Amino acid sequence: MPGVQGFMYPNEVELQWSILIVLYPYITGLVAGAFILASLERVFNVQAVRPTYRLALLTALAFLLVAPLPLQLHLGHPERSFEMYLTPHRTSAMAMFGFVYMWYLMVVLLVEIWLDYRRELVLAARAAGGVRRWFYRALTLGSDNISPASLAIDDRVGRIVTIVGIPSAFMLHGYVGFIFGSIKANPWWSTPMMPIVFLFSAIVSGIAMVMVLYVVLTWWRKTPIDMRCLDTVAKYLLYAFLVDFALEMLDLVHRIYEADESFRALDFMVHTKLFLSQIVLQLIVGTGLPILLLALTQIVEFAPRTRIRIYLAAGGLTLVGIFAMRWNVVIGGQLFSKSFLGYTTYKLAFATREGLLPAILLMMLPFGILAVLLRILPPWQRSTAGAP
Amino acid sequence: MDTSRRDFLMLGTKMFVMTSAAAAAFEHVLAGAPEAASAYHAAGHWWAMVIDIEKCIGSGHCVRACKLENHVVDEPFYFRTWVERYHVDPLDMDHPAVDSPDGGIDGFPETYPDGRTTGKTFFVPKMCNHCADSPCTQVCPVGATFRTNDGVVLIDKDYCLGCRYCVQACPYGCRYIDPRTRTADKCTLCYHRLTKGLQPACCETCPTGARQIADLKNPDDPIHAFLRSHQIQVLKPQMATGAKVYYSGLDGSVR
Repeated sequence: MPGVQGFMYPNEVELQWSILIVLYPYITGLVAGAFILASLERVFNVQAVRPTYRLALLTALAFLLVAPLPLQLHLGHPERSFEMYLTPHRTSAMAMFGFVYMWYLMVVLLVEIWLDYRRELVLAARAAGGVRRWFYRALTLGSDNISPASLAIDDRVGRIVTIVGIPSAFMLHGYVGFIFGSIKANPWWSTPMMPIVFLFSAIVSGIAMVMVLYVVLTWWRKTPIDMRCLDTVAKYLLYAFLVDFALEMLDLVHRIYEADESFRALDFMVHTKLFLSQIVLQLIVGTGLPILLLALTQIVEFAPRTRIRIYLAAGGLTLVGIFAMRWNVVIGGQLFSKSFLGYTTYKLAFATREGLLPAILLMMLPFGILAVLLRILPPWQRSTAGAP
Repeated sequence: MDTSRRDFLMLGTKMFVMTSAAAAAFEHVLAGAPEAASAYHAAGHWWAMVIDIEKCIGSGHCVRACKLENHVVDEPFYFRTWVERYHVDPLDMDHPAVDSPDGGIDGFPETYPDGRTTGKTFFVPKMCNHCADSPCTQVCPVGATFRTNDGVVLIDKDYCLGCRYCVQACPYGCRYIDPRTRTADKCTLCYHRLTKGLQPACCETCPTGARQIADLKNPDDPIHAFLRSHQIQVLKPQMATGAKVYYSGLDGSVR
């Protein structure tokens, strides 16, 4: 049979979850990671990262809005997806997605952004005329008291929302890991490490994304980069990456040392079908290299210009590496037979419903949404004014 | 507004009558469900399948009958039941060579192309194990797939989202997505026949009687005598799914 080596159960030859399901954990990971970065400033009072606070929140929102789309596009019957809210199956890990998602969107992210921007929204509604005035007035939800006492309440509530938001972000992405980690039929997925590995890789990808966006947007706006901020963000990226790398290596070493019944099949797969995406892209290019680059900036004192370039390269490679990691989990987990006797091939089409083209478009969409959000809710005013 | 005791009692009585009527009507609606309406009582049965490896000759009758009876998509990659041929080499017992050309629908070639003569060869019919603790029903986000009271795992095609989580969760590779309905599909144990007192199509057409449907709750079922006199095994017992396809004479190399 073309594309099949050894023996697959006949129903296994075609892959069930496509590149769209690779995007799903990638995008939700970016959301969770960006939010964790934002909460550094808000909850842990890391003042240096303040210039990225609002950008991180808007990035999280832009990606969160897109997160359910690949799932919808993948479903055989997207028109029935609302049943997950109406008649969720209590024992299903997947049934909780809608609720976790809505909680995160409505209770955490939108509320936090609204509280943080309320003052500007009220001022914009007062200053603007015509349609813009009504638009911003609608966004204030009729709450136009911006007295210092009122803003102090906003700040206090916002802090509480962020404190609630951190475990929520952990839940959002840890939960996505659980969807895979709880499938006992699949040894590539089935490990209690999965949620925690997903979580840390999410934090890594989210910080990298906001870092890259921050540099690109400051260049775009021709404003000076706050190096204290960028250095701090890069430092946190390195720390998170080291934890993530340690966890992944622990998982790997554990699998190699235990060498259970699935090991021979999985080991073969990593050396053949997944060699490029796992060994080259994920481990060498997407993990080893960025960690090395980031560590180098901690040891050697480079000029700011060089540091920016190194951070940009490390951030870009990180995003590639985490994408490769999602790919290896989702696609890799379906390339071998549950009989451990054979392997199949993933054929990625281009302009089909689950092909490369919709995947690229879906991946571009959050940037489009972010561009709109940046226009409506410019994140710079207070942050640049407040920067030392 | 004053409400006299008389008004209150009248209103109370009216509400009581109306509620009772609604309850009676609801019971009537429920009576329309097949379980309550037909003579078949699901709770009185507990279905399983017995497969005798020694008897299977790999003819593929079961695969053909299943495809016909259940209108299974006629291409490869979609099988409610299929037959695998195992070849176990004594020098490498842990890694058997397995093939299942087109799910074994046309049987198997009589010899291997390489003319191997050592080792042992046998056939293993596969199908949904109708697990009592099935991982596939556990993961369905809307409960579109479920286990019936008589122990059969079924899918409601009008409710399935086509998310494919159940396909991933099945350790035995028994599920697939029907390209016509874009919903999950698998063996129903010919539930439409079972409930009419008939055998599943695969059992009926098996020329050697290798496949036997069994009602574990029926004391007169020959399964009880069979279980007393045979060693039985399920596939992947380590998965703890409560699989109910019981194999007799299953080799340890089968997975």
